[in-house]
Amino acid sequence: MSDVSVVFSGEAGQGLQTLETLMMKLFKLSGYHVYSYSEFMSRIRGGNNSTQIRVSSMPVAAYLKRIDIFVPIRVGAMERFHDRITNETVIIGQKDHIDADYLKGHYPVIEMPMPEMVKRSGGEIYTNVILLGVFSGLFYIEKQLMADMVKDLFSAGDQKDILRNLTAAQIGYEAGTRLLKPGQASINIERSKDAKQELLLNGINAVGLGGLAGGCNFVSSYPMSPSTAVLSFFAEKAEEFGVVVEQAEDEISAINMAMGAWYAGGRAMVTTSGGGYALMVEGLSLAGCIESPLVIHVGQRPGPATGLPTRTEQADLEHVLYSGHGEFPRVILAPGTIEQGFFLTRHAFYLADKYQVPVFILTDQYFLESRYIAKDIDATMVLDQHYIVKTQKGYRRYAFTDDGISPRGIPGFGVGRVRVDSDEHDESGFITEDLQTREDMVEKRLKKIVALDSEILPPSFTGPKDYRYLIMGWGSTYHAIREALDMLGRDDIAFLHFSQIYPLSRDIEAYLDKADKKIIVENNATSQFGKLIRFFTGVEFDAKVLRYGGMPVMPEDIFDVVKDIR
Amino acid sequence: MGAEYDFDHAIDIAWCPGCGNFKILEALKASLTQLDLDEHSVVFVSGIGQAAKTPQYIDVHYFNGLHGRSLPVATAIKAANRGLTLIAESGDGCMYGEGGNHFIHTIRRNPDITNIVHNNMVYGLTKGQASPTSQIGFTTPIQTDGVHLEPFNPISVAISLNASFVARAFAGDVKQTTDMLKKAIIHKGYALVDIFQPCVSFNRVNTYQWHKEHTYYLDSDHDPSDREAAFKRAIETDRFPLGIFYINTDKPAFEDNLAAYISDPTPLYKRGIYVEKLMDLVKTLRT
Repeated sequence: MSDVSVVFSGEAGQGLQTLETLMMKLFKLSGYHVYSYSEFMSRIRGGNNSTQIRVSSMPVAAYLKRIDIFVPIRVGAMERFHDRITNETVIIGQKDHIDADYLKGHYPVIEMPMPEMVKRSGGEIYTNVILLGVFSGLFYIEKQLMADMVKDLFSAGDQKDILRNLTAAQIGYEAGTRLLKPGQASINIERSKDAKQELLLNGINAVGLGGLAGGCNFVSSYPMSPSTAVLSFFAEKAEEFGVVVEQAEDEISAINMAMGAWYAGGRAMVTTSGGGYALMVEGLSLAGCIESPLVIHVGQRPGPATGLPTRTEQADLEHVLYSGHGEFPRVILAPGTIEQGFFLTRHAFYLADKYQVPVFILTDQYFLESRYIAKDIDATMVLDQHYIVKTQKGYRRYAFTDDGISPRGIPGFGVGRVRVDSDEHDESGFITEDLQTREDMVEKRLKKIVALDSEILPPSFTGPKDYRYLIMGWGSTYHAIREALDMLGRDDIAFLHFSQIYPLSRDIEAYLDKADKKIIVENNATSQFGKLIRFFTGVEFDAKVLRYGGMPVMPEDIFDVVKDIR
Repeated sequence: MGAEYDFDHAIDIAWCPGCGNFKILEALKASLTQLDLDEHSVVFVSGIGQAAKTPQYIDVHYFNGLHGRSLPVATAIKAANRGLTLIAESGDGCMYGEGGNHFIHTIRRNPDITNIVHNNMVYGLTKGQASPTSQIGFTTPIQTDGVHLEPFNPISVAISLNASFVARAFAGDVKQTTDMLKKAIIHKGYALVDIFQPCVSFNRVNTYQWHKEHTYYLDSDHDPSDREAAFKRAIETDRFPLGIFYINTDKPAFEDNLAAYISDPTPLYKRGIYVEKLMDLVKTLRT
């Protein structure tokens, strides 16, 4: 095996997250390409959570249906995985955690002497560190590297604590090296220097770092899975990077705070999910009216209403696209890769500031919680430009200009008065009911849509130029589609990925014209992006891969549909 | 007086003749002028309603946002630039009804802003429905058999939340109102000034005369640092006390607690990006 998918299945409170963090870091430092994603229930203890870790010779970045090694760490851990465990899946675990059906000789089972190792280590609390040891041994990780990692993680604890964890890891390691008997599956993964030197990050870090590089210095939000982690990212860095971070009393307050911050010269962002964004919608319309820059990160999860709080979906595209009363411009960006998560969040601050419009970063739980090795980010590529002007006497916040963008002043910088108003207003920002001014203001605001045309990010194209079949996707499905293409191995299929949803690239028609058949892939039930494309082009899709069960779209889902399309 | 805050051209004011808002506007301009503030640093934030139009009639910066949302906006402006003087001004419906949750949590947060509430016990802009402070029995086209709900008492709510400055004024008394506004504006921390304001068009009960008969001023016996005594006065409704109920000077302002200012006191608009720190942070993701 040169590309191994390991799934650990346990319950909340067993330390799966720590295992994931440690194993990812350790395996990367050892030169493996790694990828991980956890799916978990909305509870703090119990239930059934699982983590997939892929270890590979090549870069990997998608969640696979395929499981090469399944590790049950509680009774009932296999229940939700019967359709994904095949007779090629190696099951490693203690006997009573493995369902009886799998013990009849049809499946490769390796019994792990877990109870004995737990006893020698000093208790069940060491289960995750023992497992780290087992898999370090199994994958030939340098023993010293593992020991250093464990020491580092528990360095805050006392000496006794560190020693016990080290012992647990070593007990696991010894068992791990003896786990595979000759004739059983063998692990043969090449290591690379690249993996060692590049970055290991998840979508949360990508959005956070992109925000910092875009000059974000104000974050106000209300906690809501899966977006809260972005709020935590900034809270952790508030002092070092001078970011005002506030947990607001509700999302309404959060978005209004963000606009207050921009008004006074800050660079603000809110982070939320679909339900929280619903509360922000009147604020979005305010941003449209007062022409406030605004960056809104929406980490989608399945709805309607509370839905599945900890799982993933791409069903809020129409929500962010059509929400807000009245007519005003907006931009929607949807990163497909970790690198795009960084660049697009940075870009969002540029667009918001320059064009004085709300800009969405539309991610989802899958994107935010996926972690893999990304190309190095050039942190010197920051956007250190503020589009604010020093005001003069007689300053008019909404002065009419050719492109609809009025020079933006802030209070306390210059001697002009900065007046913004949610009522229709004149050029100076005073309330007006002059209906000619009203028409002029509507046209002024809408002119910015035309100005934004020059900034539209083209879709990214993968595949042969003379394709016959075209797969289209947006946002977080990027890697699943890329891997499906590799699995298909055909020279007549191409892939077009959109990281800017709105305004939509005009290139789209030329791409569609060339395809005999078009296939859309989305993590929702009604093909919201497909509908948008139909709206702009009239084109209908010939096949749709739509997943709305709370899990990400997997490469196999796409493969199964596309393989028969000729 | 008040020339710095007057426009050099005539303005069209949307209020009814005799509206209590005119008196509040007069008191507000007088207090700003007498305090000798930097007029370029005074920022008003308002919501929606007749009271929320006040900033239109003063030559200041303003953010006239959404109904009920002025407090989060004012809090954030102050947090982004601590050198600005913030006044959040709106009516009883805006601050206590639509914005009730923000009212509670802004008091808890304690930003250095002045919260002026024009309290006329009725909805004026939407033509005469009950407001959160309408008195029991007050009839309107909606509350046709009179208000049954307990009137919202902003003073006792604010004191219960240990607000740092709590006062009530009466628009009919410009001199005392000016005095209270000045104290509220220079107070460091959140300051509430609830101002009884007669509505001549939609409230025929709580008139100028009614207010004169149903209010009295707290005298020098009242110690504003005594929270219990303040609370006792706050729940009086037979005659409503006017004056400064409560002052708590021990509370740090919200914006002064922010981690963002620990190592760098400059306002956000003057800040650049910490490129080297960002590079260091990225480096940590390599190992």
